[in-house]
Order: sequence, then structure tokens, then C-alpha cells
Amino acid sequence: MLEISHLRYDVTAEDGEALGILRDVSLTVGDGKLVVITGPNGGGKTTLARTIMGLNQSTGGTIRWNGADLTGLSITERARAGVSYGFQQPPRFKGLKVRDLLALAAGKDSLTPAEGCQYLTQVGLCADDYIDREVDASLSGGEVKRIEIATILARKAGLMIFDEPEAGIDLWSFAKLTETFETIHKRGESTLLIISHQERIIQLADEIVVIEKGEVAKQGPRDEIFPQIMARTVPGCGYMKEADR
Amino acid sequence: MDKTEWKVLKEIAELEKVPQGAYNFRVNGKLDARSVTANIDIESKADGKPGIDIIVKPGTKGESVHIPVVLSQSGLTDVVYNDFYIGEGADVDIVAGCGIHNTGCETSQHDGIHVFHIGKNARVRYVERHYGEGPGTGERILNPRTEVYLEEGASITMEMTQIRGVDSTKRDTVAVVGAGGECIINEKLLTDGAQFAESNVEIVLEGADATGRVVSRSVAKGTSRQVFHPCMTGKAKCFGHVQCDSIIMDDARIKSIPAIDAQSVDAQLIHEAAIGRIAGDQILKLMTLGLTEQEAEEKILEGFLD
Repeated sequence: MLEISHLRYDVTAEDGEALGILRDVSLTVGDGKLVVITGPNGGGKTTLARTIMGLNQSTGGTIRWNGADLTGLSITERARAGVSYGFQQPPRFKGLKVRDLLALAAGKDSLTPAEGCQYLTQVGLCADDYIDREVDASLSGGEVKRIEIATILARKAGLMIFDEPEAGIDLWSFAKLTETFETIHKRGESTLLIISHQERIIQLADEIVVIEKGEVAKQGPRDEIFPQIMARTVPGCGYMKEADR
Repeated sequence: MDKTEWKVLKEIAELEKVPQGAYNFRVNGKLDARSVTANIDIESKADGKPGIDIIVKPGTKGESVHIPVVLSQSGLTDVVYNDFYIGEGADVDIVAGCGIHNTGCETSQHDGIHVFHIGKNARVRYVERHYGEGPGTGERILNPRTEVYLEEGASITMEMTQIRGVDSTKRDTVAVVGAGGECIINEKLLTDGAQFAESNVEIVLEGADATGRVVSRSVAKGTSRQVFHPCMTGKAKCFGHVQCDSIIMDDARIKSIPAIDAQSVDAQLIHEAAIGRIAGDQILKLMTLGLTEQEAEEKILEGFLD
């Protein structure tokens, strides 16, 4: 179980004032659940994910995973405790091949062809074409993104966090990807936390969490929250209203 | 050869016993072992200069020549002249390299001067590794000079690697490529501590449809310094590409000066050079896979230089 309690992440603005990027986020995700985090841009979703992984050091509150307190742990320690995170914008590596990255993720010296094929197929890539490619600038954004997701699949961690996995991915691969999330969810071995704005992914969720202005604005079962999100797509721009007056 | 010397040999040529095919082992400035084949002859220089002539008969296919050099005697300066004559249509692997084991306080130095004459349509794969070790305070210096002359349709791929333990190196490589010929140089270099490395590469694309490619990757750590000066000259319809990529760390300094020199309107020449630190995101990504910061850094460097 993932238990986040009163989590804060503050940064200091130029004038010395503390800016709360995450302010008092509390959230509990049960084992084997698929939870979609959604909400407006700049609301703090990615910051929350990065703070769980330890890429940002929280400034208040606690994060517990399977009862263990992660709050003071390093990225490496959290990874070894079973947390994994697929970057929204994954880095590229000159010289590291897809095969190397997947082997590192799987914690092995090398991959069998079957393993390489399995991880890449799940993100809609053919191992024959990709396993020996370098993860460098020769790959497109969508390809790098799918390889990133494959590293999380290879890692088989108890907690898998995906940050906008659909971004930059073509329709066909996207269909494959939602299928993959569904399969992992059905197997129930991992807890999935997916930041997404895609209806297809939201439809897979057990629960939806809406993060807005650094806080949990809504949280609940999909069937309860999803209609509320849809209802809120009402126009009403304050700026234009100002101009009308 | 003793145990230490065999260990050095393993580093530079991946040899644990005498290899198949032709070979010539040079240890502490003297001939240690030699073997020739029906197609590959090795002779000591007739004019008294230190070094050997390696003669590969035309049409020789799939054979290899190993010519490693080991220095384990501190204070020795070894200069050697090796000339290669590769016959028309031959296809061979040449494994060279030098390892220094210095236990003393005096400088050990090896300057290998290699000249390749590669006949029409012949292909050569040349591997050269440089390596230094030993507890002594004496410097380990390697200053190789390599000249390559490629006749029509001839090609060479040169893998030149220096990963550890060489205090100072000044490397000069010159290649002249004939019509339809190809010269590929893959250079890999890592320096640490107060080491210094300078590499000057000059490829002259002389004949029509000649191709040249230099791919140089390096890592500089500590207070080490590196200077690269690859130059590609096109004198005919040709294609040349120079690519230098370096990772800088600690208080190191890297200077990269790629040059392209077109002397024909049909010469197509490109150069790229980049120096940068390891991106923070790369380290963080590998840490999220369970590696420590140090392990992540090692993996990134290993991948970059491999």
C-alpha cells in the first residue's frame, strides 16, 4: 500500500518567499490498484510523482510504501524498495543500447532474446529493430518514450508510476499500451499510478485523483469522479469576462 | 615472458597464449617470439633500425597478425619502426598495441612508428590498444605515429583505444586514401589524474569516391587534459565526416579542433564536435533503476566508450 500523508514540496521564489508546489497532499493507494492522476497543467502531478520517487526531496509530510517510511531515503534506496517511475521526458544516452538499458532495469547482466522481445512488444516495438539501437538522438521522441515505459515493465517493481505515458505515442502503439496496463492491472502484482489526460486510460482506473494547485481536489472511484471532470469542461474565462465589462 | 608481462599482454591484445597465425612479440625492446605463415611473413629490418616488416601476400584472406609490445623494465625508451605491406585483394586483421608495466621511478616510453602500404582492393582491420600500469612513480609515455597509404579500392578500419594508465601520449595519424578507398578511424580515450593526451589525425581523400570517417569519443577526469585535432582534406569527389564527442568531468580540460579542408567542388565534408558533462537526468534515470550514483556514472561512461 502507498500512503502519502500531508506531503509538501516547497521551492523558494526569487524574492525569498516559499512557493508551495505540493501543499498538504494526502493519498492512499491500495495494493494492486490502478489509480489515474489527472488535473490541469501546472497543478503538481509530475512533482507528486517525482517526489514519491525521490527525484524531488519533499519539504514536509511522509511517504510510506508497504509500511516502510520512504521519506528520508535516496532515489536508489526507494528504487530498491520497489518504487519505479517512467519519466515524462526520458533522457537519451549516447552509447547505451536499448538492450543495456532494459538489462539494467531488469537487474541482470544481459537479457535473453525472449525477455527483450517481451518488454518491447508490450510497448509496440519490435525487438529485432530496436534491441541493438542506441538510446540516443537517432530515436524519435515517441520511440524513446516507449523504451522508457519498457524499462518500467522490465523492472517489475511493486509500484509503477507512469508520467503521461501517452505523450508523443502514435495511435496504434497507444492501443497496445492501454492493453499492457490492463494486463498488469489484471495480474494484480503491481500497483499502478498513472498520470494521464487520456480518456482511454482514465477508463482503466479503479480510482481517479484530481490534483489542482498542489492539492488533491477530488478523489474517488472512477464512476463517481469521471462524470464530474467531464461536467467541468464549461467555458468561462475570467480574462474575457474582464474585457466584456 | 613472465606473469606480469602476460597480464599486460592480455589487456592489450586479449591474448592468454600465443595466437594462431602470424605474430611478433616485442618485450623490453627485444624480439621475444615470432611466427610466420605461408601467406604472412615477418622480418626484422635489414638496415639495422629497430622494427619489423610485415608482408602479406596478395589475396590472403581471413588471417591475422598480432604484434604486441610490452615494456616492464623501468627507464626504457623503446622506439620501433614497423612497416606493413598488404598485397592486392588481401583481407586481414592486425592486432597491435602496447602495454607498459612500470615499477620504478624512471620514465618508460614506447614510440611506435607504423607505416601501412595497402594494395588495391585490400581490406585491413587494425586494432590498437594502449595501456599502462604498475606501482612505480615513473611516467608511462606512448607516442605512436601511424601512416596509412590506401591504393584504389583499399580500405582500413582502425580501432584505437587508450583506456587506462598512460601518463602522456601524443598520437599522430595520417592517412592518404586513393580512388574508391575508405579509411575509418574509431578513437576511444580516457584520461584521469594529471594525464595528458593529444591526438592529431589527418585524412587526405585523394582519389575520386574516397571516403573518410573519424569518430572520436573521449572522457577526461581529474585534472587531465586532452587535445584533439582531426583534419579531413578532400581533393576530389569524396565524402568525409569527423565527429568528436567528449565527456568532461572534475577539473579536466578538453580542447577539440576539428578541421575540414575542401580542395574540390565535389568534396563533401562534415564535422561535428561536442563537449559536455554527463547530463544530470541520465544519472537520475539510472538511479531510479536501482543503481547508486557512482554505478550510474560508471555505466554511462562504459556505454559511451564501448
